[in-house]
Amino acid sequence: MRRNFQSRATLRQTALVCGLLIVLLLLVVIVASVIGSQHLPLAQSLCALSRASDCGLSAEQKAILLDIRLPRILLAGAVGMCLASAGAAYQALLRNPLAEPYLLGVSNGAAVGTMVSLVFLAGQDWTRPVFAFAGALIASFAVYQLARGRAGASPERLILAGVIVTTFLSSAIVFITTMMDATRIRSFTFWLLGDLSGSTSGLLIIALVVSIGGSLVLTAYARPLNLLMLGERDAFDLGVEVSRVRLGVFLSAGLLVGTSVASSGSVGYVGLVVPHLIRLSFGSDNRLVIPAAALAGASFVIIADMVARTLIAPRELPVGAITALIGAPLFIYLLKRG
Amino acid sequence: MLEVQNVTLGYGPRPVVTGVSLVLSRGEVLAIAGANGVGKSTLMRAMNGGLVLASGNIFLDGVQLQHLSRRTISRSIAAVAQEADLRFPVTVLEFVLGGRYAWASTSAWGWETSDDIAIAENVLRETQLEEFGARLMTELSGGERQRAVLARALATEAKILLLDEPTANLDLGHQAAVLALVRQRCAKSGTAAVVVMHDLNLAAEFAHHILLLKDGRPIAFGSPADVLTESLIREVFGVGVLIDAHPLTGVPRVTPVHELPAI
Repeated sequence: MRRNFQSRATLRQTALVCGLLIVLLLLVVIVASVIGSQHLPLAQSLCALSRASDCGLSAEQKAILLDIRLPRILLAGAVGMCLASAGAAYQALLRNPLAEPYLLGVSNGAAVGTMVSLVFLAGQDWTRPVFAFAGALIASFAVYQLARGRAGASPERLILAGVIVTTFLSSAIVFITTMMDATRIRSFTFWLLGDLSGSTSGLLIIALVVSIGGSLVLTAYARPLNLLMLGERDAFDLGVEVSRVRLGVFLSAGLLVGTSVASSGSVGYVGLVVPHLIRLSFGSDNRLVIPAAALAGASFVIIADMVARTLIAPRELPVGAITALIGAPLFIYLLKRG
Repeated sequence: MLEVQNVTLGYGPRPVVTGVSLVLSRGEVLAIAGANGVGKSTLMRAMNGGLVLASGNIFLDGVQLQHLSRRTISRSIAAVAQEADLRFPVTVLEFVLGGRYAWASTSAWGWETSDDIAIAENVLRETQLEEFGARLMTELSGGERQRAVLARALATEAKILLLDEPTANLDLGHQAAVLALVRQRCAKSGTAAVVVMHDLNLAAEFAHHILLLKDGRPIAFGSPADVLTESLIREVFGVGVLIDAHPLTGVPRVTPVHELPAI
C-alpha cells in the first residue's frame, strides 16, 4: 500500500505514527474506564481521572474507577506493550514472521517460573517477575538452540521447537498445579489463559516501568535488528556485533515477557497480531515497528480486556481467550501465505 | 591494504584452506578460481574476519584482523555473499541503506543522515537500479536482486570489496556492466576487489591477478597469462582446454575441449 510512493521509513514518519498511536491509546484508556459491567458517566469520570476530587461521582463509582478499573487498564496496557514489542523483536532477531512469545514457549517458561515462586517461595511480589524472567530466558535459549539446524533456523523448525518446549513446560505446569489445593487450582487455570484481575499494586508498578523501559531498549536495538532480519551473515559483514545484539535482545525481550506473565499469565498472540498490522501499514523498519507495536499493543490488550469483562458481564472471560480468538486465524493466514 | 600470510583454517579438525598467502594492493582486482567446494568461499569469509584461523595471519593496513572491532573491519571491507534472505518486505532503498550501518552515529538517533541517503541513491544509479528504490526486494528478478546486493556493498564505501560470484545470476550484458563498475571503482578511487569467479575468460579480462585453488591449496598465483595455462587448468579442473589470445584484448582465452560422445 504505502510502498507505491514511499521507499523508506523516516524519523518524522515514526514520530507521527507514534504520536497518533499515543492519542489513540489515551482515547482507549478513557473509553475502557467508563465501560464495564457498570457504566460510569463520561464527563464526571474524565474529571475524576484528571483531578483528585470526586467530581460528582458516588463513592462506589469512584472506587470502581480508580481502585478497580484504572489499575486493571494500566496493567492491560503494560502487558500489551511488553508482548507486542517483544514479539516484534523476536520476529526480526529470529528472521521469522511467526515468532511470538506464546508460540515460542517463552510465555510458558515464564509461567513455570512464576508458579515456582508462588508455590515454593510464597509469592513475594518481586520474586514473581524475577523467576518469570529466568523461566522466559531459559525457554527462549532452549528454543533457539533446538531450532538451529545446519542451515540456520527455518520458520517451521522454530515453531516445532516452540511446540516441543511448550508441551514440555505444560507438563511441568500440570505437575506444579497438582501440588496446590483445589481452590487455588481454578484461579490458576484462569491465570494461565491470561487474567488481568489478580494483580497487586507492586506488580503493576513493576510492569509499567519494565514495559516502557524494555520497549525503549528494544527500540535502541532496532537498526542492527533491521540487518539481522536479512540474515546473520549479512549483518555480521555489515558491522553488527551479532552475538552481543542477540544477547541484548533475548535479555530485554525475556524481561518483558517475564514481567507480563508474572502479572497476568500467558496472553497469547498479541506479539503476533500487533507487529504484523504495523508492518502491513508502515513497512518493516524496526525503528518504526517496535515503538509503534508497543503503543498499539497496549491499546489492543486494553480493548481485548474490555471485551473480556463486558461480553458476558458480570462474569468475565480470560483476556487470553479474546486475543487468541483474533490471533489464531491470523496465524493460519500467515502460515498459508508462507 | 590486505595481506594474507600462510593462512590455514577449516570447520572442525579438517582444514578447508591450507597455506594461502596473498597481498592485495590499491586499485587491484584479484580473482580466485577453482573447482566447486575447494574453499574459495571459506577463504573469503576468513578475509572478512568471519572465521577463526587455525594458523597464519591476516592484516588489514598492517593490523591483525582479530584485533579490530567488527565496525572498523566493516568500514574497510565489504563482502557480498551469494544469497540474501528475504522473509520480511523491505524496499530496495532500505536494503541498500543497510550498507551504511558501520558509519552510524548516535547524533542521528540511529537514523540515516542525508549523506547516507545521497550515497545510497548514488550507488543505485551506478547499479542501474535508480528506478527501483521504492520497490520491494522480493519483487525483483534474480539479476536485479544481485545488483541490489552489490549496491549495498558499494554503499559501505569500503576500500576492499570481497565479491563471491557477483555475476552468477546475470545475463551477458549485466555481467559486463557489474564487472565494469567494480573495475571502474578500483581504477578511480583505489578500491581493491577480490572476486570469486567460475568463468575463467571473464577472470582473464577483468582481473589483474588470478589465484587458482585446488583442495584448499594455492596451485598458482599470478597474472592471467601466467596462470591460465593448459597444464594448470587440467590440474585444477581436470579438463583439457585450448588457450589462445582474445582477438581484441590479447588476454588469454580459454576454450574447453569436451570429450563428449558423438550425437
